[in-house]
Amino acid sequence: MRRNRRRNADTANRRAARRSRSVPLLLLLASLTLITLDARPSGDSPVEPLRSFAGTVFGPLETGAAALTRPFIAVSDYVADVGELRASNERLAAQNARLRSRLQTSEADRSDARHLDRMLGVSERRGFELLPARVVSIGSAQTFSKTVTIDAGRRDGVVPDLTVLSADGLVGRVIASTRSNATVLLIVDPSSVVGGRLGSTMELGFVRGQDDIGDDGRLELELVDDVATPRPGDTVVTWGSRRQAPYVAGVLIGTVTEVHSSPRELSSTAVVAPVVDFSSLDLVGVVVAAPERDPRARLSASSGAGPS
Amino acid sequence: MTALRALAVTALLVVALTLQLGVFPALSIAGVVPDVALIVVIALALARGPELATLVGFAAGLTLDLAPPADHTVGRWALALVVVGYLAGLVRRDARSSAFAAVLVVAAGSFVGTSVFALSGLVLGEPGVSVSRVLQVIPVAVGYDVILTPFVVPVVLLLMRRLEPERRTELVMAAR
Repeated sequence: MRRNRRRNADTANRRAARRSRSVPLLLLLASLTLITLDARPSGDSPVEPLRSFAGTVFGPLETGAAALTRPFIAVSDYVADVGELRASNERLAAQNARLRSRLQTSEADRSDARHLDRMLGVSERRGFELLPARVVSIGSAQTFSKTVTIDAGRRDGVVPDLTVLSADGLVGRVIASTRSNATVLLIVDPSSVVGGRLGSTMELGFVRGQDDIGDDGRLELELVDDVATPRPGDTVVTWGSRRQAPYVAGVLIGTVTEVHSSPRELSSTAVVAPVVDFSSLDLVGVVVAAPERDPRARLSASSGAGPS
Repeated sequence: MTALRALAVTALLVVALTLQLGVFPALSIAGVVPDVALIVVIALALARGPELATLVGFAAGLTLDLAPPADHTVGRWALALVVVGYLAGLVRRDARSSAFAAVLVVAAGSFVGTSVFALSGLVLGEPGVSVSRVLQVIPVAVGYDVILTPFVVPVVLLLMRRLEPERRTELVMAAR
């Protein structure tokens, strides 16, 4: 009797053990299948509908969560960066936080207004139509890619391959959009390549995102012409393409900080510091309508006098 | 699994994913965001064993792969979290002896999860994944996950205990 019961328990155990192994095994195989399906080199992935479904569900959730917590997080910006925290005086930080929480709402609103004003300036100067949007989620360092979610989507006219700017300069381009959200590939992502132009000599080159951790993302500029050498301090702007996609022309990317040129390489490369602070992205503008022609002024005898 | 439990686990998962995707990016340390979903998967593994943990791990990983701003090959987080759920489920009997052991399991799980994700990226040749960067990211990720453990694991354990006392497994264990 007792032996019987033990045998029963043994079989139950074994069955449970087998079941607890077969489920993980199945799921493991399912993951590998998904990776194989999605990793095919062809552009059209069969999981794309799933992606847009997940975006439709989680995009608004991210937007809501970010909006709910923004006031608190703005206050705790002091606490967020551990390196800074160590360096700063704790007492001062506490005092600042207290004062800040009092000023918080008005200050955040004012800072938003300031950003919007500056973006309006950019759009006026260049003739872009900018759609303001907020960054609601930032890809973590564990995913090794620099992408962010913004709270504007297809219903606002945001589609892939639109340029995204901030008040300072170029942020990136839209790579995917759902109804209410869009994913932006930042120019510091290692897979991002932007056609760039040196401000001083108008030399053309390619600006690549650098594989770099930490707050200050870096870029690398490779000039097409091997004779031309950039100088530190030179500005780099987008070169732009004819249909203004994915990048509109003439947007500031950054400034050259270091130059490397070796005789073995055919072209010289420069390290470019982006003007945009990618660690504190908040308000950005999506270029929803770019001017038909290059935003360069046309010279004619009458234009010199001005409209007045 | 009863409908109520399924619903509760789904809700738990959605909350964890929303926190990870919508709230914690603003509190990142050197760009590293704590893996809330991974900690929930480990807590479920400690409470219920590998079967549920791998299921939830797969669902959570798939969402992380698909939801914006993800841009990597789909299935990489799913694979990582299935592995983590299974391994955590294997050691659950030892891990539930003390709180310290649970923290240790989270640390190990975070290390394994981030590593599996990074390795799959290296194998697929995804841009941005390099050994030096992986080595920079992993310690920060493990540390941040450990910091969050005391806030997440007890909540999940309590919720699971409230929902259904663990009958089946205890019976099997008692029969041994």
